[in-house]
Amino acid sequence: MHIMEGYLPWYWCVFWYAVALPVVAYGVIQIKKVTDEHPESKPLLAVSGAFMFILSSLKMPSVTGSCSHPCGNGLGAVLFGPAAVSVLGAIVLLFQALLLAHGGLTTLGANIVSMGIVGPLAAWLVWKGTNKLGLSASIGIFLAALAGDWLTYVATAVQLSMAFPIPTVGSAFVKFIAIYAYTQVPLAIAEGLLTVVIFDYIMKLRPDILRKLGVIKAEDAEKASEKVPEVA
Amino acid sequence: MVDKKPIILLILVAAIVIFPLAIYNGLGEDQGYFGGADDQGSEAIEETGYEPWAQPLWEPPSGEIESLLFATQAAIGAIIIGYVLGYYSGQAKARKRDEIEEQVIKTAKISK
Repeated sequence: MHIMEGYLPWYWCVFWYAVALPVVAYGVIQIKKVTDEHPESKPLLAVSGAFMFILSSLKMPSVTGSCSHPCGNGLGAVLFGPAAVSVLGAIVLLFQALLLAHGGLTTLGANIVSMGIVGPLAAWLVWKGTNKLGLSASIGIFLAALAGDWLTYVATAVQLSMAFPIPTVGSAFVKFIAIYAYTQVPLAIAEGLLTVVIFDYIMKLRPDILRKLGVIKAEDAEKASEKVPEVA
Repeated sequence: MVDKKPIILLILVAAIVIFPLAIYNGLGEDQGYFGGADDQGSEAIEETGYEPWAQPLWEPPSGEIESLLFATQAAIGAIIIGYVLGYYSGQAKARKRDEIEEQVIKTAKISK
């Protein structure tokens, strides 16, 4: 989903930076607020960032015969909200732009918008939606992570078709969605499953923090804490 | 009892990753398989006649160095997650042990 260094006209680079930076700034404020109120949530913030670090470094083969990587942005979005994830995403993307030549400084704004804002926002909305529908936390987190991963790639396709509407935005979109979004379907499912595993584990060990962050309801927290692992 | 759910989910993830390797078995980069979607995106842009106007400040000098950095990135993430979840797991077990001990002391007092 990385748009490579120099592969966006400069005015689009400026535009996506202008979209991304206010959200990242707001995310920094949000993170400060939540860590001041609940200092015990700091390790989970680190886990959310670390999850993105791992998943975005795994280039996995897809049934389309090309490789792409998951994003890991759904977990943080569910735990801390989409704005906080934009900050984590910015850190991951900066690391990759500077050390791996994946993505770039000129396209950083655009990449933050797809992986750090659109994806997490989708994940967060899906999570809220599944909660409203009364689906279980596992199904909710699976669908949220799947949406976060997949919408990240759809966002990239939209960004590229807007920047290169040749011959039209629509046909360019078809071209880019074919490259990014189809490849991503199985990977998004894989990411969804992995996110369920880690979320279940967190819920089992520290339902109290998830309760304080407002991620899960009190009765779910109580149910989860009964599943504490056996004493060895 | 061991919780089977994560094991089943991880096996599914492995199956999703292995499946494409099986159906395109024998095909490789030379036949146009298993390239990166990012690169395909860049190629599609170049086909429109666009020339990239900026270069990365630094590029890994070889595929090996690139793998090293990717592995480092994954390792950083894995260490953090392993540390935090390991710590939580220890805490949860200690909590449970305390509860059991309290229970034992209580029942001992009652039986006296």
